[in-house]
Amino acid sequence: MRIVFDLNRCLGYAQCIPLAPDVLKLNGEEAVMYDPNPDDSQRQGVLRAAASCPVQAIMVDFADNGKETKS
Amino acid sequence: MSTSALVADAVSSFKANGRIVIVGASLAGLRAAEALRDEGFAGKLTLIGDEKREPYDRPPLSKQVLKGWVPADHTMLPRSREIDAEWHLGIAATGLDRKTKNVRLANGDLIPYDRLLIATGVRSRPWFNKEEAKLKGLFTIRTSDDAEALQKALAAKPKRVLIIGAGFIGSEMASVCRELKLEVTVAERADAPLIGALGGVIGKIAAEMQRDHGVDLRTGVSVEKLEGDAAGHVRRAKLSDGTTLDVDVVVASLGSLRNVEWLEGAGLATGFWGVGCDAGCRAFDINGVVTDSIFVAGDIARAPHVLYEYQFMSAEHWDNAVIGARVAAHNMVSLEPDRRPHLLVPQFWSGQFGVNIKGTGVQSFGDEVVITQGSVKERRFAAAYGKRGRIVGAVTFNHGKWLEYYTALIEKSAPFPPPSPGYDVPTDTKPVPAEFPDVRAPTELPTVVLTGHDPTDRGAAFAPARRR
Repeated sequence: MRIVFDLNRCLGYAQCIPLAPDVLKLNGEEAVMYDPNPDDSQRQGVLRAAASCPVQAIMVDFADNGKETKS
Repeated sequence: MSTSALVADAVSSFKANGRIVIVGASLAGLRAAEALRDEGFAGKLTLIGDEKREPYDRPPLSKQVLKGWVPADHTMLPRSREIDAEWHLGIAATGLDRKTKNVRLANGDLIPYDRLLIATGVRSRPWFNKEEAKLKGLFTIRTSDDAEALQKALAAKPKRVLIIGAGFIGSEMASVCRELKLEVTVAERADAPLIGALGGVIGKIAAEMQRDHGVDLRTGVSVEKLEGDAAGHVRRAKLSDGTTLDVDVVVASLGSLRNVEWLEGAGLATGFWGVGCDAGCRAFDINGVVTDSIFVAGDIARAPHVLYEYQFMSAEHWDNAVIGARVAAHNMVSLEPDRRPHLLVPQFWSGQFGVNIKGTGVQSFGDEVVITQGSVKERRFAAAYGKRGRIVGAVTFNHGKWLEYYTALIEKSAPFPPPSPGYDVPTDTKPVPAEFPDVRAPTELPTVVLTGHDPTDRGAAFAPARRR
């Protein structure tokens, strides 16, 4: 699957990280590091992480998300 | 039919049957294509890109990819929707004929357009010595292929890595080297890392971060010569201070060059600065007259910015590509008064040495800086930049939650020094000179000359740069 973080928007709340710990990591106090093309087996966790983001900084491919979004 | 009805008819006919060509198939090109479909463009859409890979994200390349955590071909960008486009990947555009409205490809094919989007971005500046540039073990980083090759070289545990240039990407790579427990020297011609973007005051803090993490940072020096062994692999670097370093991997991180060469002879306002355009992303021709059918987005675009005395500015930032592409797409299928301006307060981020650096506004437009929040010692602070009594930019180190606060001040052209945020305010909040280096360095500018006498044939032309 494919994701991208808008790291301008990301404020480092880090709520996403425990929901997909193999895909998302915190580097230091507030910098998120992530795997942009995680394995499909990570889908549930990644979708939950995206939904949990208070500033909606995680974009998921429409094919993985089941819905089109405004680009 | 009234004129307005005719125009409305022409717009809907274009949206149904027009041809739009996007040159540049990276972040800006992809997001523009998606936005065009969102806007209801149902005609023929063509994307041209010189790299074989489909659009991918570049920021992870100098971070998680180099570290070896994410493979270089695993940064493909998510799509927001189907775009039903014709793709020409792995083949560069080599020319533009505005009279016949065709883009020429490297294989000689001509792609006709009604409207064109230029999004060819930048490439990394190559090592200046062409012979030395052929040495094995010398890298630049911009593409996923670059990152793949450099990652392999770092994974082979070189004895010492030399990074030439301590901008954001050079500094990020130095950070990765230390995370990989590699010995790394950073050679920077200026007096501190990040100085061009953030000035000397903040640059000094960045220098301390590097040294605290074991980087052998050398400032005020340039690398004059690279030497290889019999097999053509780089082994030594000679510095301007007379020292010689034994190195196995060298990364030239010298900034970028804009990909404008394919537009030579097209009569647009192109040069080392990129492609000049208005705030609505419409390209200027060489005379500074706005074109109707050519648009520009991403790193290559250079437009006047209302917040910065209408100076022409470009921003090699991720959000500039995404948001600029959206504005360009909208304006490509709209007429005035429905056209929108691309009025971005530029933002960036950089992760290095465990610190999240974020910026908003144009720091280098300022001439003073003040620490407004937090503690420099703890590497957790915010700083604001000002010029002539108003705030023009800000930067945060591990203090990103406050970035929006400063963006709002910049948007309002708030006074500088800015009003106290009333939280986590340091004792000393006196502005100091920001210490930006003099940017008036000599460049090999092509000269623009005026030609013709009669009003009908008066115009501008590029004269080749004079050899020095």
